[in-house]
Amino acid sequence: MGMLPPFAAFLEENRAAVYRYLTARLARDEVDDCFQETFLSALRAYPTLPATANGRAWIIKIAERKALDRYRARRAHTEVSDTPDAGPSPDGYDPVLWRQVRDLPDKQRAAVLYRYVADLRYAQIADLMETSEEAARQNVRAALRTLRKVWQT
Amino acid sequence: MTTRNRLSTLHVDAGKLDESTAAFVRRAETEGLIDVAYDVMDSPVGRLALAATPRGLVQIAFLLRPVEEALSSLSRRVSPRILHAPRRLAGPRSQLEEYFDGRRTRFDLPLDLQLVRGFQAHVLRATRRIPYGRVASYRTVAARAGNERAVRAAGSALGANPIPIVIPCHRVLRSDGTLGGYGGGLDRKELLLDLERAGRAETETSG
Repeated sequence: MGMLPPFAAFLEENRAAVYRYLTARLARDEVDDCFQETFLSALRAYPTLPATANGRAWIIKIAERKALDRYRARRAHTEVSDTPDAGPSPDGYDPVLWRQVRDLPDKQRAAVLYRYVADLRYAQIADLMETSEEAARQNVRAALRTLRKVWQT
Repeated sequence: MTTRNRLSTLHVDAGKLDESTAAFVRRAETEGLIDVAYDVMDSPVGRLALAATPRGLVQIAFLLRPVEEALSSLSRRVSPRILHAPRRLAGPRSQLEEYFDGRRTRFDLPLDLQLVRGFQAHVLRATRRIPYGRVASYRTVAARAGNERAVRAAGSALGANPIPIVIPCHRVLRSDGTLGGYGGGLDRKELLLDLERAGRAETETSG
């Protein structure tokens, strides 16, 4: 029988991946609040998580739901986008680059972020996207093709 | 850099991540979502892990092994909703520091005794009445717990004391004055007894 690790250990194992995922997914000033909301939801539901479940996939799914809520709320209020695209900030964050990720078609963006930012395996990605592993791979390939084009110029 | 590498090396500011994590813990505290808060402290008897539920201090563990093991056991026995939340342990921590400095002879802390079962509860209650700097025998404690013949049961109840130091099981010795046993190891038991002997001498000369 599996055993649920203490939440402290779960947090330590996943917090960087969730933060990276949300940084890729949202405007920069929305990341912190969404990160906290994600782990608050996770903490609330944690005792009911089956010990056999994949914790990383579970928390990324919650993060995606929070990001989507945030995105919809923003759309409902204004058409104003996030901070104007300046160049890279001194700490290495490049808004232009991440804007291009956010502009990918939904499925492609989801698949490529799950794979290379959240570091999930294709079986888990297929599960999250409710699709086949092959379809998940195709979405990742298509996303990489698009990004390669814009990033190489 | 390949597109793939660019994605997977996405820059995350470690300082900002830590800040946001701390903010999450504060919000979890405010919303009452932390079933077990823990902190780790250094002491003359080695590193200690302190754990509290909203009802009070639930465990003090001598960190003979990595803290993760103590947390796993709490996760199984109390709740998996465990977080490092030092603010919630500030009271126990400062009272323990005063105790180790010889400035405190009794603890005034809410305790959560949910890890204590049956006869053990009687044994630990009797143990809490042994004053600072004094000792009692296993037999005496068994008798005060209501069964003077249950000396061995009293011994194992003390061995499984979830809140050592605060529930002073180190004050229980064999009738012949030898140390008996101690969950944290006999050198720690001896150290605590020495500390209290010194502390008591001091309070008696100064008072």
